Amino acid sequence: MSAKFEPIVGRYMNLDLLGKSHRLYVEEAGEGTPLLCLHTAGSDGRQYRGLMNDARVTAKHRVIAFDMPWHGKSSPPSGWHDVEYQLTSAQYTAMILEVMTALGLEKPILIGCSIGGRICLHLALEHPERFRAIIGLQAGAHVDPYYDLNFLHRPGVHGGEVCAAIVSGLVGPDAPDSERWETLWHYMQGGPGVFKGDLFFYKIDGDIRGRVAQIDTKRCPLFLLSGEYDYSCTPEETLAVANSIAGCEATIMKGLGHFPMSEDPQAFLRHLLPVLEKIAAHGA
Amino acid sequence: MIETLKDKVNGDAGLVRRGRYLTTNFLLEVGPTAWLISIFEGRIVAVTKGPFVTPSSAFALRAPSEEWEKFWSRRPPPGSNDLMALLKRRVLKAEGDLQIFMANLRYFKEALAKLRAGASA
Repeated sequence: MSAKFEPIVGRYMNLDLLGKSHRLYVEEAGEGTPLLCLHTAGSDGRQYRGLMNDARVTAKHRVIAFDMPWHGKSSPPSGWHDVEYQLTSAQYTAMILEVMTALGLEKPILIGCSIGGRICLHLALEHPERFRAIIGLQAGAHVDPYYDLNFLHRPGVHGGEVCAAIVSGLVGPDAPDSERWETLWHYMQGGPGVFKGDLFFYKIDGDIRGRVAQIDTKRCPLFLLSGEYDYSCTPEETLAVANSIAGCEATIMKGLGHFPMSEDPQAFLRHLLPVLEKIAAHGA
Repeated sequence: MIETLKDKVNGDAGLVRRGRYLTTNFLLEVGPTAWLISIFEGRIVAVTKGPFVTPSSAFALRAPSEEWEKFWSRRPPPGSNDLMALLKRRVLKAEGDLQIFMANLRYFKEALAKLRAGASA
């Protein structure tokens, strides 16, 4: 009687990826310019629920988020039980391009947060022609480890509890409680070792400090939006990237943290909507 | 101020419940001042001020006074709002057997945040 359906539709896609068959979960809402969304390490596509439920975005954009293999409702590939999951730059890049091809997305706008923000920088450098524009959230060129990552996956420490506790302080102080804890719940639901495996890309393999200045924003516009309270990718680190790339626009979002689209969608949209308008006006 | 930790933590039934499998002693160092904090099944049973000759604890959390001051302010500035933020800036040292600290990380973060100005008991 009080049931109300959201406009988000989810489907499972079977896709060969990196030489293995995969079953990936893909959600989308809206029509128009494709807007492909990349979630953070150890989480899933639910982080973009706020965008997919906002008519100001979906009236002109087909918003798509897929759960990376091992994440959310996407399965790990067969044989997973005998391997250690470690995300590399090459795998991450190939996965995104393959998913775009499979979904028939031509020159989407790409938006990614944290590890998603980092791969945005890789893609802006290596595949700018595939995108209309790239929006990196909490995107820095590198993060040094600041705790022993082995605690994320070992007996004697509950993986879900520790992953959420590690990131809880990355949520900004003004986030509504419901969105804050929804964001942390996604972390609590991650599979064993998955957050740690993603951080292999974030803290080791995905270091792009030496090449980030080569990004050419004339080939693909690049926007960086970062939350003020993020101590993983700090505003200073985002600004350092922006300052090293001609034509890159950076915004520091007051009061927000490391998960802007999930921790406080309404506050985040105040920053994102003008960027989407600018991209539309650019007419790329 | 640190002594109030006992009542503030024990007055939060949810926090005590989440800590029900936690029994340990840890050392909290605020600049030059050391405190030994004893926890039994999620309840803080003693907060003892140093100096100590041979304190016995599972692990220690050490940071300069001015860093704890910012951490315990009503609205901590970016970089001071969380134990992990202090670790990232390399101003907090977490030393000892950190398994018990990491296994109960939410508990320790929420317990220490109880000392924040304006925090509810």
